[in-house]
Amino acid sequence: MLAFLGRRCLIAIPTIILISIFVFGLQKLLPGDPVLVMAGEERDPELIALLREKYRLNDPIPVQYAAWVGNIVQGDLGISLRTQQPVTALIAEKLPVTVQLAVMALIIALVIGIPAGVLSAYKKGTWIDWVANVVALSGLSVPNFWLGIMMILLVSVQLGWLPASGYVPLSEDPGQSIRTMLMPAFVLGTALAATLMRHTRSAMLGVLQSDYVRTARAKGMGEGTVLVKHALRNALVPIVTVTTLLFGELLAGAVLTEQIFTIPGFGKLVVDAVFNRDYAVVQGVVLCTGVAFIFLNILADATQRVLNPRMRQE
Amino acid sequence: MVEKLGAVAPAPEPEPERPAGNRALRKLRRSPAALFGGLLVTFFVVVAVLAPVLPIPGPAETDWGAVRKAPSMAHWFGTDEIGRDVLSRMIWGAQASLLAGVVSVVIAVLLGVPLGVLAGYARGWTDAVISRFTEALLATPFLILAIALAAFLGPSLTNAMIAIGLSAMPIFIRLARAQTMSVLTEDYVESAHAVGVGHLALVWRYVLPNIFPPILVQATLTIATAIIAEASLSFLGLGQQPPAPSWGSMLNIAKNFLEQAPWMALWPGMAIFLVVLGFNLLGDGLRDALDPRDT
Repeated sequence: MLAFLGRRCLIAIPTIILISIFVFGLQKLLPGDPVLVMAGEERDPELIALLREKYRLNDPIPVQYAAWVGNIVQGDLGISLRTQQPVTALIAEKLPVTVQLAVMALIIALVIGIPAGVLSAYKKGTWIDWVANVVALSGLSVPNFWLGIMMILLVSVQLGWLPASGYVPLSEDPGQSIRTMLMPAFVLGTALAATLMRHTRSAMLGVLQSDYVRTARAKGMGEGTVLVKHALRNALVPIVTVTTLLFGELLAGAVLTEQIFTIPGFGKLVVDAVFNRDYAVVQGVVLCTGVAFIFLNILADATQRVLNPRMRQE
Repeated sequence: MVEKLGAVAPAPEPEPERPAGNRALRKLRRSPAALFGGLLVTFFVVVAVLAPVLPIPGPAETDWGAVRKAPSMAHWFGTDEIGRDVLSRMIWGAQASLLAGVVSVVIAVLLGVPLGVLAGYARGWTDAVISRFTEALLATPFLILAIALAAFLGPSLTNAMIAIGLSAMPIFIRLARAQTMSVLTEDYVESAHAVGVGHLALVWRYVLPNIFPPILVQATLTIATAIIAEASLSFLGLGQQPPAPSWGSMLNIAKNFLEQAPWMALWPGMAIFLVVLGFNLLGDGLRDALDPRDT
């Protein structure tokens, strides 16, 4: 297992280097002198000179890149133009908010998606299957920011059940924190639930036709036990992979969800940064998500090997 | 090896198994879901194309006497915060959405498919480089990548389309690569190669026609994603710039008037939902119809 993880991490290195080149290249897309943009409105000559020195902008591009990567390796993603805070600190501050949103959304997605997929596969061809499929396809087609707006309209404006926006840290008041996060998490979770349902359904359809399920039934096992212990456990392997890969969708969705419900997380950070022309923050966020995604991929492969002993043999 | 065979009389060129287009079409027509999807897509395309000739007020025409008016006979879908007709803006907004969906997917296909075919055909180092590049692109979530590109390129509908196209490209690289590899193992490709068909001709005549069906299915489904992506970018203010109408930017403004004018938020979202549903249904239907495994 360790050898496997080591090998996967080695393969990831060129990909991470490519991502860093891409993120570095972004600033070259900026029209004009990046330093003038970074220095902001005041254009303080001292600051400009300092920035030029720091990013070695008078040197050839490869040297600039090396200097940039050198800073990152030391944990320096640059300074936010607007708040004058280090980008690393900003990301560390906002990340827990988005993680809470993402975890709650994922729980909602799993609780809805997996049972719906199992049921739909078990009742294949019946009206239950049909309804589940229509709901799932609608879930995939609805823009989740619009769903968010409609939920605010119904749940907050009309019914007044849940707050329409705001954020309370989990450490401050867990109950209120979960309450404010419930609606955003539901909005974010529904799209994922749809994807999960479709994957669970197709994985279950495959497993339900297998010999061991027939054997389990033949020896008189209850349907519930057959479904959960024999079928679902085996269908779980692809489901786990899909869940890990949903991370990207979760994060993209979080950007919009946080915008609608004004939650001060990772997504709000990047959108605000775009409008404030806070390029170091945008670059930091893209780099972090890219690297995180690669490690999640490795984690998905590792989990798959734990769940499926046959894969350990190669 | 091909040269050595030069003296042998050229064998008749093997016919590649072309997907039975007619059969696929027949299957597509039998699927009510796909038909419904096609109908939705056609409806929106027709409305978008007819926008200039429909008897509606201009999308930027303001009527200060009718600000945030609820739907009525005069304004079927109501009016917005500066008295513009919501229905008219919806119809003109359809142009932006459909254009963004189609153009960005065309960009993704035109860049992604050649790269994928090249990787799958050449293998070796070319494949390794292209594959690492694809992984790097795939590692950054679609919307984050599009936001970053739109941020650095500057917000506009064109840049949003480029950003969405580039973000969607890796899907097509991967698909084209895998499909090319599987087509290359077929007997007819080997025979074509044996009788001396050149690389380019081989790709043009045998690889491309055979990888076309799955690419078409993916493209249809990706248009759905791209329309949502454009709406999302416009919603964040990074796509179509006001006052030009787009469903995403209409929703962006509408969210500030939820209590006073809920209809402003209702229609654009509904339209996005229906057109995306249409492309999804059509894509699913095409996949079933073009699947050679069941007849």
